[in-house]
Amino acid sequence: MDINRFERLSDFAWRVAPVRPMRVPVVIYADEALLREMDDKVYEQAVNVASLPGIVGASYAMPDAHWGYGFPIGGVAAFDAAQGGVVSAGGVGFDISCGVRTLLTGLKHGDVEPLKHELAEALYASIPVGLGSRGQIRLDNKGMDEMLNGGAEWAVARGYGMPADLARIEEHGRMQGAAASEVSGHAKDRQRDEMGTLGSGNHYLEVQEVAEIFDPATAESFGVALGDVVVSIHCGSRGLGHQIGTDFLRRMQVAAADHGIALPDRELACAPIDSVVGQSYLGAMRAGINCALANRQIITHLTRQVFHEILPRASLELLYDVSHNTCKLEEHTVEGKRRWLYVHRKGATRAFGPGHPDLPAMFQKTGQPVLIGGSMGTASYILAGNRESEDRCFASACHGAGRSMSRHQATRIWHGRQVIDELAGRGIIVRSPSPRGVAEEAPGAYKDVDAVVRAADRAGLARLVAKLKPLVCIKG
Amino acid sequence: MEDFQTTRSSAYWEHFPHVADMGIRGFGGTPSQAFAQAALAMTAIICNPEAVTPHQPVAVRCEAPDRELLLVDWLNALIYEMAVRGMLFSRFEIDIEGNVLTATAWGEAVDRHRHEPAVEVKGATYTELRVYRDRRSLWVAQCVVDV
Repeated sequence: MDINRFERLSDFAWRVAPVRPMRVPVVIYADEALLREMDDKVYEQAVNVASLPGIVGASYAMPDAHWGYGFPIGGVAAFDAAQGGVVSAGGVGFDISCGVRTLLTGLKHGDVEPLKHELAEALYASIPVGLGSRGQIRLDNKGMDEMLNGGAEWAVARGYGMPADLARIEEHGRMQGAAASEVSGHAKDRQRDEMGTLGSGNHYLEVQEVAEIFDPATAESFGVALGDVVVSIHCGSRGLGHQIGTDFLRRMQVAAADHGIALPDRELACAPIDSVVGQSYLGAMRAGINCALANRQIITHLTRQVFHEILPRASLELLYDVSHNTCKLEEHTVEGKRRWLYVHRKGATRAFGPGHPDLPAMFQKTGQPVLIGGSMGTASYILAGNRESEDRCFASACHGAGRSMSRHQATRIWHGRQVIDELAGRGIIVRSPSPRGVAEEAPGAYKDVDAVVRAADRAGLARLVAKLKPLVCIKG
Repeated sequence: MEDFQTTRSSAYWEHFPHVADMGIRGFGGTPSQAFAQAALAMTAIICNPEAVTPHQPVAVRCEAPDRELLLVDWLNALIYEMAVRGMLFSRFEIDIEGNVLTATAWGEAVDRHRHEPAVEVKGATYTELRVYRDRRSLWVAQCVVDV
């Protein structure tokens, strides 16, 4: 990307002044190297988002931003319903509420290392992963609606996990305002056998070691110490979320035209928040969030069962569960005034700082954990929300490394077996049903996650707490 | 991009790069052929289409206000059928009359060992969505699919 298009606000913040039809500026948070490497499409898409009705503040992009669908992946945009603001299915993405949860285990690296292979095999055997895998639960119509309205709370009530888990999930495990009735029959059909499945692509379950601590006080408060073993799960709302995305991208094509919204790109399809389609989408999308929360809760239960069998001393307690593809109604301060806004985070993590009323007591002093997934073989990170993040971009941070290379290109460079052997040489066990899938997800196909989280920290989006290094990766 | 003009028949497919996902492009003498090739390109994201035996027919029907939306609807209808039936498809017969597409897709149940599916397709998108005739008068049907 040509950085001459930007005004440098700081070493980690770059601005594009609004020029018609833009209604607000574009602000990208990144260091100069990340910005230079960023796809031109991020600029184009962030500018397009800045032109949508009712947008407030700026159209933001995170340090890991890349080319998405209408909105850049790594995009944040807030809309005011009272000013004709819109909601966009592309601004949330196909994998509604895709996210990361991290579990503490109470174990040290030395406890796990001798049983690493056994653990990898047992996790791979127990957690349905990849295309064609099916979960153990089959939902009938009533069960489906209960799950869509209940989220992780529904899962816990059915024995998947513990009530104490719920406080450690955004929205306390249940997204309010979900409307199962707004979810199409097709979307429900796609989900019947998919509860408790990991999916494919960049989704994974990893056993990780805490390799570095940046903020000892916050790490201690989170219960994270050097050499600890944790488990991170990255997945979303599976077929249901994908179909909701498909259904509403289509409906919003028509809705945007009906409401006289000129779209520079079909993928920006949106509807006014205060419209039939807008409200219908919000109800369905919130049901999709509940599906993702329930899904990660069931996978947590399966993971606990495996650890109980192989490492009975382990006690898997949830640190936190974050979602990075959402649109949520939140109260924010804009130019000194409190306003309720619909905040789209597409490939961006909520990062509420200390004292935020929505956070449970245990995170009141630290801010919420912000969980950043790496790619197989690279580090993952735990960050924490800052007070200043509120002023940067509606309390949001990055979500992962972000791809730097297409899947196509990755398979020309790497073979799955070669990637698996190389990682094994570094002590990382990868288990996956698909060698080609592994090649497409090769660590080299992603941006430097270390640079991404450093930029997020320096820009004040969230602060670095701990670095996690993979030991075992179950890959979709 | 490779020049297929002298090396390929008039109906074929290719992938084009998208940084996070994958672009699919079908070529053919008619829109129907191009749509069929685009569907084959989509199967090729998941696995080798030659490994998928076209045993079982599944009927598909879509209707859309224009040809580009029809392409997205067609691909999304296949994604739905793949997901709920647990199938992969490798042969397509398509008839497009005005705004209506009727088709039969042939395929078989996913066999995780034989097909080694690399990735599942979440949805066809409007990114790089185009249906047009190229300078060789071949129909081209393309878009990016989210994986």
